[in-house]
Amino acid sequence: MRADLEIIQEWIPAGSRVLDLGCGNGELLAWLRDNKRVSGYGLEIDQANIAACLSKGVNVIEQDLDKGLGNFASDSFDVVVMTQALQAVHYPDRLLEEMLRVGRTCILTFPNFGHWRCRLYLASRGEMPRSEFLPYTWYNTPNIHFCTFRDFEALCRERRVRVLQRLAVDREHRHGLASRLWPNLLGEIGIYHVSR
Amino acid sequence: MAPLFRLAPPFCESRIVPSVFPEDSVGLVSPQLLHFSEPLALACGRSLADYELVYETYGELNAARSNAVLICHALSGHHHAAGYHSAEDRKPGWWDSCIGPGKPIDTRRFFVVALNNLGGCNGSTGPSSLNPATGKPYGADFPVVTVEDWVNSQARLADALGIQQWAAVVGGSLGGMQALQWTISYPERVRHCMAIATAPKLSAQNIAFNEVARQAILSDPDFHGGHFQEKGVIPKRGLMLARMVGHITYLSDDAMGAKFGRELKTDKLNYDFHNVEFQVESYLRYQGEEFSGRFDANTYLLMTKALDYFDPAAAHGDDLAKTLAAAKANFCLMSFTTDWRFSPARSREIVDALIAAGKNVSYLEIDAPQGHDAFLIPIPRYLQGFSSYMNRIAV
Repeated sequence: MRADLEIIQEWIPAGSRVLDLGCGNGELLAWLRDNKRVSGYGLEIDQANIAACLSKGVNVIEQDLDKGLGNFASDSFDVVVMTQALQAVHYPDRLLEEMLRVGRTCILTFPNFGHWRCRLYLASRGEMPRSEFLPYTWYNTPNIHFCTFRDFEALCRERRVRVLQRLAVDREHRHGLASRLWPNLLGEIGIYHVSR
Repeated sequence: MAPLFRLAPPFCESRIVPSVFPEDSVGLVSPQLLHFSEPLALACGRSLADYELVYETYGELNAARSNAVLICHALSGHHHAAGYHSAEDRKPGWWDSCIGPGKPIDTRRFFVVALNNLGGCNGSTGPSSLNPATGKPYGADFPVVTVEDWVNSQARLADALGIQQWAAVVGGSLGGMQALQWTISYPERVRHCMAIATAPKLSAQNIAFNEVARQAILSDPDFHGGHFQEKGVIPKRGLMLARMVGHITYLSDDAMGAKFGRELKTDKLNYDFHNVEFQVESYLRYQGEEFSGRFDANTYLLMTKALDYFDPAAAHGDDLAKTLAAAKANFCLMSFTTDWRFSPARSREIVDALIAAGKNVSYLEIDAPQGHDAFLIPIPRYLQGFSSYMNRIAV
């Protein structure tokens, strides 16, 4: 399984009901179903990903996250997961509120724009950072709302969202001493477990 | 009997049946007829003492009898869903794009059953059949049948074929309603429900279109209160109009625009009302003409009523989630973006109810310009999703 999903699954209780926003090929939901008796649904808009979910027998609903979660009842899921999509939605703050309405807890992962490589790239070249991990140019990127860990936590404080757990990891999803000591500079990906 | 002599190749080519059909076709098929003599109680309060159902099957029923798929047809459909009745057939069955070896409903894996519903006009007992009580055609005396009645009659067909549980019940439009009803009426007998371009009940607009179609038929002087057969006529004009108005609702504005635009059939405008001028008029008249020659007016009335009456949630306080609570099937729903007869929003109502009821459900919203008719068209993305789901079904 993808390394970030390996970490996330530990935060999802066995037998729970999960909504996975931008579920990709359904890997996480299929693993949770087979190993932790988890039931749930994935939301996805990519055709190939939807077909992959169907082939795995994962419940997948074709739904655009930018149109909200209005069709899901409040507190209808134990956990709402969204990996690597927060930076790509039109209204990250509203979606976060929606996730917290629908799920009792939420797990989010997103790239940290405050990582030292981004800072160095921008400071030394004066250009928007590009890397193997985030290869897009500014005009064709799906990532329209980059933030740093500090930015995200400021939003959480402002909206009274509790951060239950936080993990800063590098691109291989290792979490060493360095990213624990100085996450906003040394962590590349943030994995947050939040609730109201 | 052995042939007396054998023609040498080029001459016998056209006689070798398998070679004339495409490789992914179920090939030559023939309808079968089953007689049911146990009375069937209907929602209207009446019952049918005995009746016949015509059906076709494709593929082989496996030893465990676990690979049967039921195809439910829509308003003007029937039992001939795939393959050809003869080597001379111009067109295959109405859902040949989705049924056959290697197609979404893969006949190498599934045993497919397609029937003509009760009240139909393609071989099952319906208004044009002889009423054994009078010795004359039923005509208007044929009872109004509902989606629930159809599902009950389909369950008897399943019994007769030795199928205790369907691997899947599949249908589009009015057929999707039957697939949905199966999971409510016989939760133990359906493992997967595939409902395409359908709705949990008709909207006022839908009913209004049906009413226009019915009035077209009812007001045709040749209708004779539904007993036109005895008079040796058919309400051709009414049926034509009904089909024309229906056809408009099956296509999207864009699809009609792309197909006909404002193109003229004549080279100039005639400034009168007698000539067919626009291509779209010609098309609608052709559709109406063709349809009125092959479809029974009383069946058309029945089918539209079955659509109007379908509302399974009405018996559960209009709570669709509660209505589907007892369902045991896994669900897959698909809709098409330009379908305004059964729009994506209608499918989403069903999806939302299934999620609220905690059922396994997947939903695809296929971007397609063809309107409601899209479910009959081999759109690559549609076939891909359909196949991905069907291939996952264990048999």
